[in-house]
Amino acid sequence: MTQLRADRPDRLGCVLVSPNPQPAVEVSGLVKRYGSKTAVDGLDLVQQPGTVLALLGPNGAGKTTTVEICEGFRKADDGSVRVLGLPAGTEELRPRIGVMPQGGGGYPGIRAEEMLNLVAACAKNPLDPKWLIDVLGLGGAVRTPYKRLSGGQQQRLSLACALIGRPELVFLDEPTAGMDPQARRLVWDLVAALKDDGVSVLLTTHLMDEAESLADDVVIIDEGRVVAQGSPAELTANRPDDQQLRFRARPGLDTTLLSAALPEGLKVREVTRGAYVVEGLIDPQVVSTVTSWCAQQGVLAEELTVAKRSLEDVFLELTGRELRS
Amino acid sequence: MTTFAPGTFKPSPGRGSLPRMLFVHARTEAMLTLRNGEQILLTVLIPLALLVALALMSVIPMPEPRVGSATARIFALAIISSAFTGQAIALGFDRRYGVLKRLSASALPRWLLVAGRVCGALVVVALQIAMLAVTALVLGWRFPLSGLPWVVLLIVLGTLTFGALGVLLGGSLRADVVLALANIIWFVLLMVGGVALSVPVGFVHLLPSAALAQALETSVVHGTAPGVGPVAVLVAWGVVAGALATRTTKLT
Repeated sequence: MTQLRADRPDRLGCVLVSPNPQPAVEVSGLVKRYGSKTAVDGLDLVQQPGTVLALLGPNGAGKTTTVEICEGFRKADDGSVRVLGLPAGTEELRPRIGVMPQGGGGYPGIRAEEMLNLVAACAKNPLDPKWLIDVLGLGGAVRTPYKRLSGGQQQRLSLACALIGRPELVFLDEPTAGMDPQARRLVWDLVAALKDDGVSVLLTTHLMDEAESLADDVVIIDEGRVVAQGSPAELTANRPDDQQLRFRARPGLDTTLLSAALPEGLKVREVTRGAYVVEGLIDPQVVSTVTSWCAQQGVLAEELTVAKRSLEDVFLELTGRELRS
Repeated sequence: MTTFAPGTFKPSPGRGSLPRMLFVHARTEAMLTLRNGEQILLTVLIPLALLVALALMSVIPMPEPRVGSATARIFALAIISSAFTGQAIALGFDRRYGVLKRLSASALPRWLLVAGRVCGALVVVALQIAMLAVTALVLGWRFPLSGLPWVVLLIVLGTLTFGALGVLLGGSLRADVVLALANIIWFVLLMVGGVALSVPVGFVHLLPSAALAQALETSVVHGTAPGVGPVAVLVAWGVVAGALATRTTKLT
């Protein structure tokens, strides 16, 4: 990942003048163990201020542990974590950051607006709780106690709690988990608005489309380590011969036969049951060969697409595992 | 697509004023307790019913004036119900629903998280005692006013001690385990812990329940200062429970 960093004059030859030169989040060599299990294993990342960074990885990759160390909920076993230029967990950081813990949080018997009023009272210049309740579509559940809100509603209330204090940096741990498509869309719009207003956003997700559409930078982690990082465009950048033809058909086709029918240098794999991918330089002749080979096998090639790599492919290549595990 | 006016989320961070945070937090805690039907049953209705029963029926032997002793003992029970059982159960479920973590992530200082709960509990206890006192007066209780400062002091001390014990229980175990244990302990303390009647067994006097009931009886019935012994027992339990609770209480 190439990044121009104001605090690295050695690389640039001069110091860039910036109103907010400190990284929003700077993690280096982070290690966290739970008993004999190493959850985070030497993780490094830097988030520039005013950007959206997505921590992408399967469940159990170490995303939440990393974020909770940044938020000050957990202590690192090794390495350094600085947030807005201060060590993570520093008391004076708390008013400056907004936190949406995974799964939300609220008194079981409290109503959404009461919860939001309580969190608003902790801030100097809070947003208007009533307005935020409406924006997040919780206006229809004003008398419902927290424990009877749906998972998605609890998530939206938690997001409201994270934003109400007008923070400089927001941590969103799986912000769209349990949300319906409209609510997800709304969260995406909110994240975009936060970024436009100069708020830094660090979010975790295991949805690659979320990372792809929201993030300036994506850090893919697996088993507590960074396996790739860069902008979504950088991560999915195509070399000319790095294309894919994907199709679905009956599971268990003999891919070696298809390989033999195709020109040299093309690879054929059955990625998951019935999902096939041909990788290499895809030209019209290749498409024709694949469809006629399928016709010979007496199968219909469905959902046939020619595409560049997605973040999911990148992840799969790097880890050999599905993102949504 | 939802759009927002530019500058809507422009950062303007800062911590709210401490008195206001404390006020809103304590008000929230008290309001949630008063809205919870099971809590009202435990903290108001059962003590009220027992007060009437103890004052009017002579099934349980009790020193005269009967209504005075009954009032003192039911004050103790009300404090135990609210500060110990109610607080433990509320904390157990608050943890399950992640509210401690949620609030710890806000600008609310940790000490205020405790202070707000304590103030909320004191408000609830004050309301309980007021209701019980009015009922007792109707039943013929005559309160020697010289005991008022001591009664207030004992109510605060009892709330803090049993609150610390409630946090110790509710802060570390699973919510359903807390629910069961807190109710069982409440019942045991009521019956044989020196609350409903004084139990003439040595170690019972070392229980905080017996100490609180005995101390309150002195001040409520005779209007005099409680003995040093029961107060020392209450303080000791409170300090030990508080110290342990700071180590064992978990956010979730």
